[in-house]
Amino acid sequence: MPYLPTADHDELRAVVRELADERVAPRAAEIDEKGEFPWDLKELLAQQDLLGTCFEERHGGTSLDTIAQCILVEELARADATTSLLPIVQKLGALPILLAGSDEQKDRYLPRLASGEWLIAFALTEAAAGSDVAANRMRATADGDHYLLNGSKRFITHGSVANVLTVFALTDQKAGGRKGMSAFIVETDTPGFAAPRVEHKMGIRGSPTAELTFDDVRIPAANLIGDEGDGFKIAMETLDRSRLSIAAQAVGIAQGALDASVSYAAERQQFGQRVSEFQGIQWMLADMASHTEAARQLTYAAAARVDALAPDLPYWTSSAKLVAGDTAMKVTTDAVQVLGGYGYITEYPVERMMRDAKITQLYEGTQQIQRLIVARQLLERAGVAKGG
Amino acid sequence: MKIVVCIKQVPATGADKRYTDDLTLDRTGVEAIINPLDEYAIEQALRLADDGSADAVTFLSMGPEQASEALRRALAMGGDDAILVTDAALAGADEWATAKVLAAALDKLAPDVALMGMASDDARGSLVPGAVAAMRDVPLLSYGSELKLADGTASVRRLSATGFDWLSAPLPVVATVTDQVGEPRYASLKGIMAAKRKPLDTWSLSDLGTSAGDLHGAALTKVTDARAPEEKAPTERIENLSAAESATKIADWLAARKLI
Repeated sequence: MPYLPTADHDELRAVVRELADERVAPRAAEIDEKGEFPWDLKELLAQQDLLGTCFEERHGGTSLDTIAQCILVEELARADATTSLLPIVQKLGALPILLAGSDEQKDRYLPRLASGEWLIAFALTEAAAGSDVAANRMRATADGDHYLLNGSKRFITHGSVANVLTVFALTDQKAGGRKGMSAFIVETDTPGFAAPRVEHKMGIRGSPTAELTFDDVRIPAANLIGDEGDGFKIAMETLDRSRLSIAAQAVGIAQGALDASVSYAAERQQFGQRVSEFQGIQWMLADMASHTEAARQLTYAAAARVDALAPDLPYWTSSAKLVAGDTAMKVTTDAVQVLGGYGYITEYPVERMMRDAKITQLYEGTQQIQRLIVARQLLERAGVAKGG
Repeated sequence: MKIVVCIKQVPATGADKRYTDDLTLDRTGVEAIINPLDEYAIEQALRLADDGSADAVTFLSMGPEQASEALRRALAMGGDDAILVTDAALAGADEWATAKVLAAALDKLAPDVALMGMASDDARGSLVPGAVAAMRDVPLLSYGSELKLADGTASVRRLSATGFDWLSAPLPVVATVTDQVGEPRYASLKGIMAAKRKPLDTWSLSDLGTSAGDLHGAALTKVTDARAPEEKAPTERIENLSAAESATKIADWLAARKLI
């Protein structure tokens, strides 16, 4: 299973890095400070065809392989984690349609997502159902050739800016979340839908994390993805793939912090010499670089398994997200240490990167959930437990 | 209406420039880019294609084989096809030889406009456009902040000390544009993918009906020395003074150098 980047991957990285250095990095501090969604960068990425890399050419996308999609996210996150969420969430929201949608659903929605004309969000989490997905309560009631959606969602990335959502709701309350949940496509201009509140967050502050409410939202039955009761399976299969984007985001954040640390250490003078000449700093930089590279290579190895539809891909994507998320947190924390007092103030980007890194240990499955997935598969292989 | 944009591959602007024993640029291991000033010519040509003033844009470069990378990069921004003129006999070509070769290639391509940047980032001679125009006996419209094409005429808007002039000439012409054209576009992902399928032909000197003999060994000039510019004296800073004291200091500094 080849996973070493090719010349095409290198070219993509160079192109995205140039764009990110020139156009994204200069906006990052302002996006963070104001907590504003970067509409300008959404337009830029759309124009450069960078929101459609996960879609097939017949739907207007560029159908890049998963390693290439990781490289795109990585290079954007190196400059600004918020901006990297644009392609991440476009894929996350669309995955239920890509995995289980009908041809009609794909033809109707994917071209508008590939072009970036529309944004999509993935609405699974509820206030009382985070890691415990099966505890979801939102309801969908059949009403002729329509469904009526009632309930609320919380912590929905891009929920307040999206034109369309993939929403998970119970069609069979007695069967519960695992067997009675279904997935739907909901256009956000449907009456009864609202995004009344966005969260005030520690990091990724330009990316709106919204609370969504559904009050008798009436949608066509044709917007059911797959069959009734498929929701839990669709959600899990989506997350098995999408969490790799978070691994790539974490690798990018770590790389950004490492690069900022190296250039600072090479410039800053203390005790009559460059900070980079102190062995204590050199060792930190070496550890930061080695761990970042290890996380990157594990992410690419997992990406190759996604493209090969390997049966154990959840093991690989969870392992990559676990390692990359923890690496991003460690590397960005060390970056603040390398910069000393300057690392702690907003004049330099590393404090923002440290705040941004934390989310990669939390969303699309906490690190604890990733360990659960990895351990279950390990034990299943050893024949001592069933997969879950 | 056909435009040929002439581009040059140069070492990255910040790259450390080294020379080989025969005083030509050592390109090994140095990142190479499209001459940044040529990107404005590319942008101008693509804008004319976008608004329908031009219906074909070809990129032309003379250089070693690796210059095809620069042509692919240009094709990723837009345009239809590209030609690389490469020949072992062209190593160390000077401005005269470059102009000879480009003029011969342009004779073959017969564009309405041969468009170039105002200078190259490495040599900064700015001689090639004028030489090509003279060799082909066509008008030169230079240093345009904008190029327009209409009714068999090309016009450039050229900034002057007091405003701007419009200079016009009947087609065909050689034209050069400045960085006032506007920011060059980024290659889009679909552009990059499409560029791999666009025609990129390679011509040798014999394809142009010429030879090393005609080019006097590719150079009329001879490089006798190459060295880095001397380092400038450190910047003098005037800080923590009142405006009046600062002004006096600056005036004294200028007076000491007989500049005022």
